[in-house]
Amino acid sequence: MNESYYLLLAALLFTIGALGVLLRRNAILVFMSVELMLNSVNLTLVTFSRTTGTLDGQVMAFFVMVVAAAEVVVGLAIIMSIFRSRRSASVDDASLLKF
Amino acid sequence: MPGEILSPQLSYAPAAPMLLVFAAALISVLIEGFAPAARRRGLQIAVSLLGLLSALVATILLAGTEELVFSDAIAVDGPTLFLQGTLAVLGMAGVLLLSERSLDSSGGAVVARASALPGSREDVALAEATEIQTEVYPLALFSLGGMMLFPACNNLLLMFVALEVLSLPLYLMAGLARRRRLLSQEAAVKYFLLGAFASAFFLYGVALLYGYAGSVDLGDVLSATRTTGSNDALLFVGLAMLAVGLLFKVGAVPFQAWTPDVYQGSPTPVTALMAACTKIAAFGAMLRVLYVGFGATGWDWRPMMWGIAILTMGVGAVLAVTQSDVKRMLAYSSVAHTGFILVGVIALSGQGLSGTLFYLLAYGFTTIASFAVVTLVRDSSGEATHLSQWAGLGRKSPLVAGTFAFFLAALAGIPLTSGFMAKFAVFAAGVDGGATALVVVGVVASAVTAFFYARVVVLMFFNEPPPDGPTVAIPSVFTAGTIGLGLAVSVVLGVLPQPFLDLAGRASQFVY
Repeated sequence: MNESYYLLLAALLFTIGALGVLLRRNAILVFMSVELMLNSVNLTLVTFSRTTGTLDGQVMAFFVMVVAAAEVVVGLAIIMSIFRSRRSASVDDASLLKF
Repeated sequence: MPGEILSPQLSYAPAAPMLLVFAAALISVLIEGFAPAARRRGLQIAVSLLGLLSALVATILLAGTEELVFSDAIAVDGPTLFLQGTLAVLGMAGVLLLSERSLDSSGGAVVARASALPGSREDVALAEATEIQTEVYPLALFSLGGMMLFPACNNLLLMFVALEVLSLPLYLMAGLARRRRLLSQEAAVKYFLLGAFASAFFLYGVALLYGYAGSVDLGDVLSATRTTGSNDALLFVGLAMLAVGLLFKVGAVPFQAWTPDVYQGSPTPVTALMAACTKIAAFGAMLRVLYVGFGATGWDWRPMMWGIAILTMGVGAVLAVTQSDVKRMLAYSSVAHTGFILVGVIALSGQGLSGTLFYLLAYGFTTIASFAVVTLVRDSSGEATHLSQWAGLGRKSPLVAGTFAFFLAALAGIPLTSGFMAKFAVFAAGVDGGATALVVVGVVASAVTAFFYARVVVLMFFNEPPPDGPTVAIPSVFTAGTIGLGLAVSVVLGVLPQPFLDLAGRASQFVY
């Protein structure tokens, strides 16, 4: 089994996520792209856990999941509050702060 | 098959400062849930201040400790304790600012109920409410606990967790402004999305370094860079990704885009806390990563950091000149200061480390106090942050304008203020480290920043006040104490810096 395929897949997913953050205009979709990036990191960690022969990577993936869950709680609360006051979750509409 | 799992040796005493702050945060959550509403605010202030004070006492008692605890995940050493002590004092100042109530007609800078729709009938009714939710205190304490943990992490996974623990409450606090709530919510969304984006990069860097070294302990990363010729691509891409996350937190160019928006939109006490403390914590973590994990590969990452430092100083100084809002101007000035501090980081020497620590101490107190002054200048709609409204402030209130002018002088680095000694310390380390060109850029950028600080001083003292100008509110002891503390530290560090330089010098030794 060749582990580098998994690493390439993870790098591809990370890139798709990063592009999603930069190109998507809806805050929810931007946020989902960030989650995709975090999950690609999980895949990388588990793959490296196998290549290096240590269990740390798998344990780290659990930490990442917990932190990602906490981030969802905070992020959705913030996005919900701005959606309720503007009826829009577009990051382009949020433009009161410009110099 | 892996062997049996050994339970780690835990020694709690060296980690006491952050454990005390986290304990205070948990008690604070319980108070929010169970204490009667009328007594909540007083209890919250008492618990927050006590928690931070006990953390400060703990750092003083621990002074001189150099050991790795929690299975080598936390390093308790000079830089850790120095920064934790600084953060504890600044945290107390931040809690005092958050507790200020006598400036606004009703109840302070924090919204009465964050869930109320801005502009709705409920929100209008609550705008004058004196009974307000006090969830900002546990959030601030959790954030401060994360900040105290962040520079102590010897393990990159723990560093990621600390990064999130310090960031997540700050995202929420950015959206809690009582006035101009739409701006505040927008700042929270921007800060959250960009912050989550940056921490994903940080995490990917951690994963790549794990693949490189087989461990995320900084000591193991260091020994891997020394011994193996294994995949260098993993090492450098990993470091670059890690650096993106850290440079975002300190607000270095090109990752500074969030700084002005978030500084302007957040409630000013939160901005003060964030501007002073986040920068200190993130620079502490950056120092540990670069000095411990990548101390042997300095030749490889220094050119990149040179470029970032030059860009940061230049962009921060030039864009600050064009600002018309006090908070945005201070935000760009903080970007420029990030560049100056990076000069000390790049030196990669004991002198650079102690200079950076001293700079962070000086910068933190000046910044938190200058934002505290911003909260005092108000008109009917809240804080008057447009620079044109500050015209002639020196005639209306010489004391407030004079204090602000002193803080601007300290930020500009005028002799006999803390800023001068701090800049001198990092620039001297830069010259000794062979970065003379970088220091020249730094001095030129300092001159540009001095120009726009001087512009504000001229505006305050030599212009006629506008007829419908803002008034200067009389602060209670909370804000006045914070400003007084900032003033005292800025003067003492400028006039008698030697004990503090010695302290920073003695603290400049990492364990790993």
